[in-house]
This record gives sequence, structure tokens and C-alpha cells, in this order.
Amino acid sequence: MSVREVFASAAAEHRSALIGYLPVGFPNVAESIAAMRTMVAAGADIVEVGVPYSDPVIDGPTIQSAVEIALRAGTRVRDVFAAVEAIAEAGATPMVMSYWNPIERYGVAEFARALSFSGGAGLITPDLLPEEATEWIAASDKYQLDRVFLVAPSSTQARLVSTAAACRGFVYAASVMGATGARDQLSNAAPALARRVRAVTDLPVGVGLGVSNGKQAAQVASYADGVIVGSALVSCLLDASDRDSGQQALHELVVDLAEGVRARP
Amino acid sequence: MSTETNTSTAPHSAGHFGRFGGRFVPEALVAALDELTAVYTEAMADVEFTDELSRLLMQYAGRPSLLYDARRLSVELGARVLLKREDLNHTGAHKINNVLGQALLTRRMGKRRIIAETGAGQHGVAAATAAALFDLECTVYMGELDTQRQALNVARMRLLGATVVPVTTGSRTLKDAMNEAFRDWVSTVEHTHYVIGSVGGPHPFPTMVRDFQRVIGAETRQQAQRLLGKLPDAVCACVGGGSNAIGIFYDFLSDTDVALYGFEAGGDGVNTRRHAAAITGGSSGVLHGARSFVLQDADGQTRESHSISAGLDYPGIGPEHAWLHETGRVRYEAVTDEQAMQALQLLCRTEGIIPAIESAHALAGVRSIAPELTLRLGRTPVVVVNLSGRGDKDMETAASWFNLVSESPADRP
Ligand SMILES: Cc1ncc(COP(=O)(O)O)c(C=O)c1O
Repeated sequence: MSVREVFASAAAEHRSALIGYLPVGFPNVAESIAAMRTMVAAGADIVEVGVPYSDPVIDGPTIQSAVEIALRAGTRVRDVFAAVEAIAEAGATPMVMSYWNPIERYGVAEFARALSFSGGAGLITPDLLPEEATEWIAASDKYQLDRVFLVAPSSTQARLVSTAAACRGFVYAASVMGATGARDQLSNAAPALARRVRAVTDLPVGVGLGVSNGKQAAQVASYADGVIVGSALVSCLLDASDRDSGQQALHELVVDLAEGVRARP
Repeated sequence: MSTETNTSTAPHSAGHFGRFGGRFVPEALVAALDELTAVYTEAMADVEFTDELSRLLMQYAGRPSLLYDARRLSVELGARVLLKREDLNHTGAHKINNVLGQALLTRRMGKRRIIAETGAGQHGVAAATAAALFDLECTVYMGELDTQRQALNVARMRLLGATVVPVTTGSRTLKDAMNEAFRDWVSTVEHTHYVIGSVGGPHPFPTMVRDFQRVIGAETRQQAQRLLGKLPDAVCACVGGGSNAIGIFYDFLSDTDVALYGFEAGGDGVNTRRHAAAITGGSSGVLHGARSFVLQDADGQTRESHSISAGLDYPGIGPEHAWLHETGRVRYEAVTDEQAMQALQLLCRTEGIIPAIESAHALAGVRSIAPELTLRLGRTPVVVVNLSGRGDKDMETAASWFNLVSESPADRP
């Protein structure tokens, strides 16, 4: 399913889409792919495959730790394509999330081509602004990939308009001003930001940063088309004493989240 | 000079220097960067602001700094060496020039807290100093390794009232301190200004920090005219992020008879993996908010840098330097730890001046360029060296390098 179809079918079911992030290669490539399959089986609609990067300045301690483990295990950028194929095969929609330098180093057009050939739907770029993205916009047009830029509570109206116009697939509303990480209290800036995005675009709005359970997912689902979860999923694997209990914790959390996005209050 | 050489100095649109520079940051920071750009632009056109900055630079920082004719050193290096004495500034390095400017901007923006990253600790000390002077809260991020090798500066910052946070991730040096400072800033941007200490980072930092450091070159140009009746043949500086270098180069960029040299930290040698020479040994990439030259592997992962000098131990370089390298206007070469430490000792022994290890890289560079300059000019060249900082902070490193502290068991405590 394309990203657009994912959101359309979720909307038809009167629910939000569930978007889950995990970095490829954590704790190694094979286990990370197994974990992504687990997420799909438990109800994730879209899986964001993270590209590990040495200097993840927008990530909090949880994702930093996972990514460091992935890099130490020798994970390469090209390993994302195997993960993307596996997710597509398991029946969910794969996207890639990456800091910009690994993509630029790989070659923007080459990356787009490989992503498209492996069945990837698009790319989420947390540190690339549309005004620096000329090459990526051309490549994503050529290979018909979705491109997702982020908006923030501090975005001006003019930037919301121009950023949303540059997006395809959905608009990513990073609702907390701060690094990634699960939070007890959800951002109260999120509903307002989602509303502001809706006012300027017909694209679906995904809201992320900080969601860690089904209850919070339900809350976010009341105003967002997609609920994005990252650190809480990574924690399942990071905190587990062994592989099986990690996979089980992950499965349980995704089931809970999937119920959450179906239980808009 | 090749026909491609472009000495035009204005950055291109939105903080680009050719294909370098720009902004590679999360959207959450864009509003703050836009605000900073606007406030900075408006302040630089406001006489009250520029007058206050000039007054602070004169009365507080001690400007203008001397241009000193180093006669005994000159004999040793085969060039007439003039030292631009930034080491005599208050707090002991050029870093104060930039920090005073940004502290004034912080006040103008109505923010009450500043954060900074630091390697050698000189920028951190300058930030802590300005925070005390302006009554701002101050947090300084410093790699754990650097807190050890520059312990004196950690004590200075704490004494001045700043919070110093040792960063334990990655290589535990400047790069990791900068990561942590960015993470802080994303969540505190509403009331916090990030005082970047060099000419790296997203627009407007490379341009703004350069403008605050331009005073070095502007003074040098006048002082050289007065002393020599003409401009020097060459200007040399060490390059970490590149702020002292661009500061002294900038007003000479259109004087094409003045050769400009940036000396990067060569560590154990650029042919080894242990160095910090982003231009000489790196490639084009994006790090910490801008496109420039970076030490990276085939996947774009940042490689760890190495230098005996904490202030140069950084895998990137400011984007304007990348551009000046590509245009050919400035030549960048690497100087090893060994060469720098020899030059440090030489300056101590010939002139009675103990430089920072960073600055010693620029001194060492003179030795390597003097012969070709002499050949080209047919006479002894006149070379200005930016002595960017003093060496007090480096005494422990120097003591162990030169074996200055007795090793005999009887002398141990
Ligand atoms: C004395 C001194 N010189 C040079 C540097 C390097 O910085 P830059 O290249 O920005 O001048 C530092 C940085 O800490 C320093 O303390």
C-alpha cells in the first residue's frame, strides 16, 4: 500500500494510522528486521526504518544508545534496503528516516533509486529543510517516492505553508520542542499544531515525539491522522534481558498502540 | 592565480558560500535562527550596538591587541614574523571577541540563558565570563576527555559561575559537546541563546561569528601598514572551526598579493587515521548544521578526530573555509602534533611567550612555507601569525610531552 492508501484506509475505518520507528542494525541487522516484522504482525501500518548516524543531534538517550549499538555492530547504510524489503513482504508500508549526511554521501539519486527498487514508499528527513532539498525533491519526483519534512510548534505560518507544500505522503508534526524520547505527559502544543497544519494542507498529519502507550496513542489519534512512535519501541528491545522477551515486549506494546489508534476518545 | 579564483567575500543567498554552508537543522530551530539573523542584521546597523561592542572590546577585552615584531623567533623560522597577540586579550584568546558580540545580541533578544560548546575551554571561559558580566545563566558542554586535558579551564568556568557538563558520548571531545549543546537548544530555544564558538553551524553563525572576529584582521592590516609601510607577504592562522583564521584573513581577502594560509591539526599525520584535518584529509559533507568538509567514512558517519590540541580536535571546519579552499584563495595545510609542540617550545625559548597548542600549529606552519615564499619573493618574507591564545591551559600536556615534571619516585607525592 502506498502511504496515501494507508491513511485513506485508516480514515475509512475511522481510526488513525500507526507509524512505528526502529533503527536498522539494532542490535544487529537480522534481529532488527525480525523486530520490524514483529511490529507489522502486531498492527503497525507504516514502519519507519531508521538509518543509524554517528551524530544524532535530535535524538534523546534511548535512540542514541540504540544507534550506537547498531553502528558498533557494523551496520551499513545499504542495510536499510533489506529491512525495507522485509517490511513490504510482511504487508506493511516501509519508509526510511535518516539524517541527511548518510543520504548525501550515498548519493541522493542513487539512494532514491535503491529505495524505490526495494519497495520503499519514501523518506523522512528530520534535519533537511525544503529550501536545502532541491536535489532530493528532484530525485523523489523521478522515483515517485514520498517525501516527508517536519513542522514544529515554532514554525511560522509561512513556513507551515511552504513545508507542507513540499511534502508528499504526509506532514510530520514534531509536537515537542526537544530531542526524541518517551514522555509521561504528552505535549499540549500537539493539538494546536495539528490544527494549524490541517488548515494549510489536505495531506494527512502524523504527530510524533513522546508517545509511549495505547492510552496516549488514543489521545493523539483524536486529532491526528497518524500516530508516530519511536523511543518507546526502542526501549522494549533496549531494556529486555534477552532477545525473546524483547520481541515479546515489542509485540505487546504495538498491540496496545494499535488498539489505541482505534479507540479515539 | 587561476581564473576561477573568486575573491568576492559576501556569502551567497541564505548563508551559502558556493555549495557550502546553509542550514541543516530540525525545523524546530528555524524560527530561532531567523530571529537571530534579523536581530543581528538590525544590531550591526545600529550605532548604539556597534559603539557598545567597540567600547567592550577596548575597555573590557583590552583591544586593540599588539602586533609584535618577534625578532629572535624570526631568525629561527626564516621569515620576519609578526605576532598578532590575541593571547593578550582578557580571558586569553580571540574567543572573547565573538562572545561579547553574541552576549549583547542575547540581551537584545531578551533571552536570559546562554549555552556553549567548548574544546580547549577558551570559548567556554569566554562564555562564562560574558555570562557573569551580563548576568546570564550559562551552561557549557565539554567532552569528558577535554575536561581532563584542559582541567584549568573547567575550574575557571565553574569559578565564574557557569555549569560545566562533561559529555561522555562518542569520542568525548568537541564534536560530542556540540551534539549535546544542540540537544539542549532544541528544547530551550525559547529563552536560551546558543553561543557557537566558531564559524561552523547553521546560518547565520558562520557569517555572524566571522563578522565579530573580523576586528583581528582589520587591526592587523592597519598595524602592518604603520609598522612596515605596506601589507605583509603572508598571514597564517591555525584552523579548528576556523574563527581566528577567518577573523584575521577576512580583511585581506581582496589583497591578492597577501598569501593566506590555514593550518589544520595533522595529529599523528594526515596519512594516518589520527588527525583532525578536515580539508586536507576529509571530504564534502554535512555536520552540525552546515555543508562543509568533514572527516567521514564511506557511509557518511563522522570519523573521530585526533589532535594534541583540544581546540583543533574537531572533524569539521567552517563552511566559508571550504569555499576559500575551493576557490584557491586560502591554502590549507596540516601540521602534526610533533611539529606544533616543537614550535610551541621554540616560541617559549626565543621570545618568552607561551602560546596555546592551537596557536603553535600556525607557528609551525611558518617553517614549512618560509622557503617557498623566500624563493618566490627573492627576499625574506614578512609573515603575520595569529597567536590566537595563551598556553596556561596546556601546561599539563606540555609537561608530559616535554617530560618537565620529575619522574623520580622520591619526588612523587
Ligand atoms: C587559542 C585557540 N586557538 C584556536 C582555537 C580553534 O578555534 P578556531 O579555529 O575557531 O579559531 C581555539 C579553540 O578552542 C583556541 O582556544
